[in-house]
Amino acid sequence: MSWLTNFVLPKIRAVVAKKEVPDNLWHKCPGCGQMLFHRELEANLHVCAACGHHLRLAPEKRLAMLFDDGKYTVIELPKTIVDPLKFRDRKRYADRLKEVQGAKSGARDAALVAHGTVGGVAAVVCAFDFGFMGGSMGIAVGEALLAAARLAVLQEAALIAVPSSGGARMQEGILSLMQMPRTTLAVEMVKEAGRPYLVILADPTTGGVSASFAMLGDVTLAEPGAVIGFAGARVIEETIREKLPEGFQRAEYLLEHGMVDLVVHRRDLKATLERILGLLCRKGPPALAAIAPPHTSERGWDRA
Amino acid sequence: MRHFLDFEQPLAELEGKIEELRHISDGGDLNIAEEVGRLEAKVEKFLRQTYAKLTPWQKVQIARHPDRPHGGDYLGRLIADFTPLAGDRTFAEDRAIIGGLGRFRGRSVVAIAHEKGADTKTRVRHNFGMARPEGYRKARRLMELADRFKLPVLTFVDTAGAYPGVDAEARGQAEAIARAIEACLDIHVPLIATVIGEGGSGGAIALAAGNVVLMLEHAIYSVISPEGCASILWRSGENARDAAEALRLTAQDLLRLNVIDAIVPEPLGGAHRAHEAAIAATGDAIEKALLSLLKLDGPSLRTARRTKFLQIGTRGI
Ligand SMILES: [Zn+2]
Repeated sequence: MSWLTNFVLPKIRAVVAKKEVPDNLWHKCPGCGQMLFHRELEANLHVCAACGHHLRLAPEKRLAMLFDDGKYTVIELPKTIVDPLKFRDRKRYADRLKEVQGAKSGARDAALVAHGTVGGVAAVVCAFDFGFMGGSMGIAVGEALLAAARLAVLQEAALIAVPSSGGARMQEGILSLMQMPRTTLAVEMVKEAGRPYLVILADPTTGGVSASFAMLGDVTLAEPGAVIGFAGARVIEETIREKLPEGFQRAEYLLEHGMVDLVVHRRDLKATLERILGLLCRKGPPALAAIAPPHTSERGWDRA
Repeated sequence: MRHFLDFEQPLAELEGKIEELRHISDGGDLNIAEEVGRLEAKVEKFLRQTYAKLTPWQKVQIARHPDRPHGGDYLGRLIADFTPLAGDRTFAEDRAIIGGLGRFRGRSVVAIAHEKGADTKTRVRHNFGMARPEGYRKARRLMELADRFKLPVLTFVDTAGAYPGVDAEARGQAEAIARAIEACLDIHVPLIATVIGEGGSGGAIALAAGNVVLMLEHAIYSVISPEGCASILWRSGENARDAAEALRLTAQDLLRLNVIDAIVPEPLGGAHRAHEAAIAATGDAIEKALLSLLKLDGPSLRTARRTKFLQIGTRGI
């Protein structure tokens, strides 16, 4: 436990999901191209009514959707070093960051952490924001997962991670690669404390994010159609010089290959989570074994 | 045939001349011996000057030099009684990662290394050092074996990255890497990782979340290849040089960032010019690290490793 001890309880920033005024009244479905009215889209949890395409979800909406009554408390994340490499491509990374933060009014980086209850079970959720530099994982995101894990341990809560990320934040170089072991440690903290760690793989979950905390869930759910994989499809195509199989790296493909537990429609996601958390955390009366019928095996599957 | 990098071309000429002179003389000709001596001094001067101020891009080329010693060379020279152990017990044997039991300077260890291969045939055999899930699952299996028998784990990292292929994805490349990282962090024995050439992204960290991470003087270690980074951020592979600078992938920068613990000096002109010396220096550095780690008990080793990774990322360049 010693690596948990220098943790300081995060300042609680507060609050409940607030209604936002949408910038666009109409959204084009990336799946079928149909124009979708924002109010209808909102009511459908950002799933296209025509084709079922699951649109990417802002982290606030994700949190509101998962927590009971849409109520949650966002925690203030620890301040981390900004632009540690003084990285510059065609533009300075520091400027890029400021630009995105400005456009995002308030968001410091690509992950949001909140706590509340899911189906009455205490839970901490770390939700990714793909709109923030492709949800890429640098030091701030790694730190967000660690903060979420520590909070889950302290509150004896479940940890739920909802990645939506292209992978590592290149502009933080090797330090973004180091978030792979660091977020793996976050998961370990929760598991060693005996708390459940659930993952909801949202579109996309690739690169260093998929090859660390995202693939280490006790239970792993995926949203329909989400792209999930390690290597980018283009890189693979260039390497093997052939067309990729139909549905390659989609959630359903991973299910078929045994890499996720369930592919769940967004409208059923909360109920599924509640059921799983309930089964894992509320095990029922301790005397159940005593009242169970004595010859269960006779009516079990072996008689089928 | 020796391979010379672009910036080593003057070297190719000088050494070509030396070779010629040696060929025409039987050693008794004093004039020729003198000339050879003069040329050799020039070679040394050139190497000193060039290697004193290598650019990150030049280091990328050195780290990938085809004559550079590879994982198998290190195992061959450093590990006695090496007994390779094959397979992930699930699907296949992946020769991009070799590993097994052996003795390092008298002590039983588990050694695991990427192997890139040295010629066309062996490169294909070892898939250029790019592992599929089976490679990482085998590494994990061997780490668990080491944990069970309290054997230190020595890893030698040299890979362009995990293999990007349909089969690798279908069998869970991401999960395999994640579990290998988890195994690195879980074991109760010393884990010493040495980046000997190319430390390519997830394929490298899968074997490198160690108590001590060493890096050869001209090795590189990065989240993405400079070419890949350039094509994404500059939208042109032509800017690989710029990306190599920006990524801070040299051993010297990584030491400053606290990502590695020590640099293993290479012989003048790089490990590819003197395998034996480079590997011996690596062995000495590993031995030094191992002796200090062996003073810790299992739980302390594990905690120290975890604390170390939790502290990475507080210091910038
Ligand atoms: Zn649609």
